[in-house]
Amino acid sequence: MKKAYVLKLYVAGNTPTSVRALKTLNDILETEFQGVYTLKVIDVLKSPQLAEEDKILATPTLAKILPPPVRKIIGDLSNRDRVLIGLDLLYEELEEHD
Amino acid sequence: MTEDHYDPINDRGIHKIRTLIEGFDDISHGGLPVGRTTLVSGTSGTGKTQIAIQFIYNGIVHFNEPSILVTFEESPADIIKNAYSFGWDLQKLIDDGKLFILDASPDPEGQDVTGDFDLSALIERIQYAIRKYRAKRVSIDSVTAVFQQYDAVGVVRREIFRLVARLKQIGVTTIMTAERVEEYGPVARFGVEEFVSDNVIILRNALEGERRRRTIEILKMRGTTHMKGEFPFTMDTEGISIFPLGAMQLTQRSSNVRVSSGVTRLDQMCGGGFFKDSIILVTGATGTGKTLLVSKFLENAFLSHDRSLLFAYEESRAQLSRNASSWGINFEEMEARGLLKIICAYPESAGLEDHLQIMKREIATFKPSRIAIDSLSALARGVSNNSFRQFVIAVTGFAKQEEITGLFTNTTDQFMGSHSITEAHISTITDTILLLQYVEIRGEMSRAINVFKMRGSWHDKGIREYVITDRGVDIKDSFRGLERIISGSPTRIMVDEKSELSRIVQGMQSIGPDEDL
Repeated sequence: MKKAYVLKLYVAGNTPTSVRALKTLNDILETEFQGVYTLKVIDVLKSPQLAEEDKILATPTLAKILPPPVRKIIGDLSNRDRVLIGLDLLYEELEEHD
Repeated sequence: MTEDHYDPINDRGIHKIRTLIEGFDDISHGGLPVGRTTLVSGTSGTGKTQIAIQFIYNGIVHFNEPSILVTFEESPADIIKNAYSFGWDLQKLIDDGKLFILDASPDPEGQDVTGDFDLSALIERIQYAIRKYRAKRVSIDSVTAVFQQYDAVGVVRREIFRLVARLKQIGVTTIMTAERVEEYGPVARFGVEEFVSDNVIILRNALEGERRRRTIEILKMRGTTHMKGEFPFTMDTEGISIFPLGAMQLTQRSSNVRVSSGVTRLDQMCGGGFFKDSIILVTGATGTGKTLLVSKFLENAFLSHDRSLLFAYEESRAQLSRNASSWGINFEEMEARGLLKIICAYPESAGLEDHLQIMKREIATFKPSRIAIDSLSALARGVSNNSFRQFVIAVTGFAKQEEITGLFTNTTDQFMGSHSITEAHISTITDTILLLQYVEIRGEMSRAINVFKMRGSWHDKGIREYVITDRGVDIKDSFRGLERIISGSPTRIMVDEKSELSRIVQGMQSIGPDEDL
């Protein structure tokens, strides 16, 4: 049984880094991620109160809310491997191959 | 336009917001420039956070201006706890909806950085909080920590610049703290001052002699005037207090009311006593009777039902009482009646500014009409001449403002002869100087007293014999017929016996202007 993932991506409008981060993330989710996930994209320009609630400073920030622990990755996600490690996806793959 | 004088007409361009931080509004000629960001930079432990919090605390409590505190270092819980030690109840202000602490402290879980990013979320959060709370004042503590959170100096610089521009656009008055490495080096780390360049304040905590000395300096305040140079300040349970030394002297009044020294003959020598709002310096070697004059002065206050405060830095309470009782003065009784308070402290126990702050607080609560410091010179140990002078100016300025008569003692090194009043840097500040010294006459050691200077009054110019008895002081006639007494080894001069006799008779009857040599 696969775990359900809850992801939040905080962006600031349509800046090039935000667009890039969203694109990379979608790509990872489509090609390498096979579980169930919910992705919520939050624009801090429109909803600063949500950034306040989650104490976000930088954009783009990808936050993995579930499964625990909460992990945050800052930046345009240009390094795919680090994103995968950050989401505990690589770790999970290793487990499955055992 | 002179930069050191406050000129309201020239200041029409930039309005200032009062901080009510003691002394700050004086040195800044009115407070912080409205709608701008002021950088407060200092090495670690100089009081940056205190000034940032005091600014917004005073704004909320005294002007009802809601404020935002952005913290990059400490957690909000720690800030609230620390502020409580200054008696500032931030939690209540938060509960009242007047204060919001924006938590931008590092995520304990850590975070990965991969690729390009900006701090839009932070900027939007701050703007959102300002709008929501209708905040007028913002404190950001400390901007250096943002650089340490992210390993990307270029990005953080760009984003802080953007934040400062945004704050200006919104129109809030902001204090932004930054850390520096050296006391007299670059303004701040990471070149922060380059993008917060309008107003820069430097806090220092330098080792001077053997003591720590905190100072504040307004380096620049664009388009407006302020006082120049470093001003000492203290941090204690009531927050930060700055001593704007130059500004203090201007407010002094002057009175012609006299108070007694407690020694009738000395009053006569001073033309009827000390002026009520004057500062008297008694200078002399150890054992010449300075503490005796102090005791008589305090006893006189007691007899006329006035309160007095004694700051003792040389002797313990027990020693002082014992000495006083040997002259028939009962300190214990005076204290029991609530008319005397003795504060004994070891001069090295605190910095000079801290001693000053303690004095000011004791004076404010006890409300004495006289104070005595025995001795002032003990406080000068291990302190530079300049900061000691500033301290004396601050004490005398404060005493005069409160219309208190101050009797300070100064212990000189030389037993005999001309004590050049080496303490020239303090002698110009005091109004009256009494000189006590040892004189050798015919193989005996005598004491001499002289009113060396008394501003604004006639005074006796004679050098008189000063005898210490079990009832206190007995001031005798002047050492006529002797010369070079001040040198310590007088020589006898020939005098006409008749005029000598008439002089003695005259001297016994009264001491008047015609008594002059």
